[in-house]
Amino acid sequence: MSAAMASHIDRILTPRREISPVLGSGAGLAVAGTIFLGWCAATYGGLVDTTFCPPPHKVATAFWRTLMDGSLAKNAWSSLVVINLGFFLSSLIAIPLGIMMGSFRIVQAALEPVVNFTRYLPVTSMIPLLILWIGIGIEEKIAVIFIGTFFQQIVMFADVSAQVPNELFNAAYTLGAKKRQVVLRVLLPATLPGVIDTLRVTMGWAWTYLVVAELVASSSGLGYMSMQAMRGLHADLIFVAILVIGLLGLVTDQIFKWIKIVALPWARQR
Amino acid sequence: MGMVTVENLDLRFPTRGGADVIALNNLSMTIPDKEFAVIVGPSGCGKSSLLDIIAGLKEPSGGVCRLDGEPITGPAKERGMVFQNYSLFPWLTVLKNVEFGLSLQGKPQKEITERARHYVSAVGLSSFENAYPNQLSGGMKQRVAIARSLANGPEIILMDEPFGALDSQTRSVMQQLLLGIWEKEHKTVLFVTHDIDEALYLGEKVYVMSARPGRIIDTIPVDFAHPRSYELSTEPAFVELKRRIQHSLHAEVHRALSSAA
Repeated sequence: MSAAMASHIDRILTPRREISPVLGSGAGLAVAGTIFLGWCAATYGGLVDTTFCPPPHKVATAFWRTLMDGSLAKNAWSSLVVINLGFFLSSLIAIPLGIMMGSFRIVQAALEPVVNFTRYLPVTSMIPLLILWIGIGIEEKIAVIFIGTFFQQIVMFADVSAQVPNELFNAAYTLGAKKRQVVLRVLLPATLPGVIDTLRVTMGWAWTYLVVAELVASSSGLGYMSMQAMRGLHADLIFVAILVIGLLGLVTDQIFKWIKIVALPWARQR
Repeated sequence: MGMVTVENLDLRFPTRGGADVIALNNLSMTIPDKEFAVIVGPSGCGKSSLLDIIAGLKEPSGGVCRLDGEPITGPAKERGMVFQNYSLFPWLTVLKNVEFGLSLQGKPQKEITERARHYVSAVGLSSFENAYPNQLSGGMKQRVAIARSLANGPEIILMDEPFGALDSQTRSVMQQLLLGIWEKEHKTVLFVTHDIDEALYLGEKVYVMSARPGRIIDTIPVDFAHPRSYELSTEPAFVELKRRIQHSLHAEVHRALSSAA
C-alpha cells in the first residue's frame, strides 16, 4: 500500500473529519446498490420464493400498472388526506399548548400528569375503542393519527419552549418589554426553529400510525392497498405500497428541511 | 439622572441542607450620576446577583435599591443591561436588534431607524446592519448588545462581564470602544468583572467585593485622565492600584476556598 493511500485511509477513519462530496455520494450509492443487488441475486438466483419476495421487474410492472389504472394515486391521495388532516389538527393545538406548557408553570402543572400518562399508552390499544365510537371512516383514522402524534408533540414543543435561553427574556425586560411583548416578540420567534424540527420528526411517526390505522380497518389508502394485496398473495403490490410510503416520507422530510432553510435563514448553524 | 443607591441589601438562597446560603450581606453603596463604576470580585461573590437586583430581574431578601430615589421593583428601560452572552435576538438583524427597545415604545419607524443607525455606527457596525447574529463574531455580538442598550436611552447601563467570553485582543479593543462611547455619552455605568486590569482601565471608581457573603470591602477612586490609552496598564500608578486590589482579593479568595473545603 502506498503512503498516499495510507494517509487517505487514515483521514477517512478520523472522527468528524470531512470527506470529499464524491466519496460521500459514492458511499451512499454503494450501500443502496448493494442492497438492490442482494435483492436481485436472491430473487433471480432462485434463493427465495418469488411469490413472497418478487423480483425488481415485477415490482416495477406492478407500480406501472397501478399507476396507469389510477388505483395507486387514489390510495396515495387517500392516505395523504388522512395524514395531513390528522397531523395538521394535532399540530394546531399542540404548538400553542406545548409552548405554554414549557414556559408557564401553571400550564405545565395542569397538563403534565395527563399528558405523561397518555403518552405511554400505545395508540394502537385505542383503535378498537375508536372504531366503536366513530366507526371505520376517515374520522377514525384521523383520530388515530391525532392521538398518536398530539401527546408526543406537546411534550416536544414544551421542551423547545423551555430551552429558550433566559438571557433573551431578561434582555427584553431590561429593554422595557411587558409580559405580553415578551411572549409575542421573544418566546414565539425563539421557538420557531425547534417547532419546525419537531414537526419534521413527528411527521415520520404520523406515517406509522396512519398505516396501522389503515391496516386494521379501512377501505382505501396505502395500508389498505397492502392489506388487500396480502389477501391475494400479491407481494409485488405490497412492495409498491411500501416504496411509495417511503418516497412520500422522503419528500415530506425535504419539504420541512427546505422550509427551515428558506423561512429561517437566521437559524442556520455556523 | 442616573444615581443608584443600594441600601442594606441581603440575598439568601434556601438550600436542601437547611442553612441558607448568604449571597449578599448588608451591602450598601451609592453610585453617583454619570459615574463609570466597576465592581471587581472573585467568582461567586454575588456581583452578578447584585446587578440582577438593580436591573429588577431578581428580588432581594432584604434591603432596597433606588434609581434617583425611586425604589426599584422590576425591570424597566431606564436600567439597560448588557449580558455576557446569548442575549441578541437571533431572528433579528443587527439593525432590528438595536431597534427592539425603541419599537416596544411605539415611536414612529423613521425616528426608530435613525436612532438605531446612529448607535450601530457608533459601535462601528454600519456595514453589518442587515447581518444576523449567527454571522457575527463574539466581539461584534457584544458591540450590538451595547448599541441596543444605548439606543434605548437608559439612565444607567448595567454590564455583567460583557467581555468575559472574548479573547484578550478583542477584549482590549472592546474596552477602548466602550470608553470612547462613555466619554461621549457620559452615562452612569455599573460594570461587573473579575479582571482587575479591566476594572482599573475602565473605572472612575472601583468597588472591591468580598467572597461570599458579598460585601464591599474597598472603594478605590481611579483618577487617570480621559481619554485613557491602552498603555495605561504599564504605568506605576496603575500597577500600584492593581497591587492594592490584588492584595485584598487574594486574601478573599483564600478565605472562600478554605471555607468551601
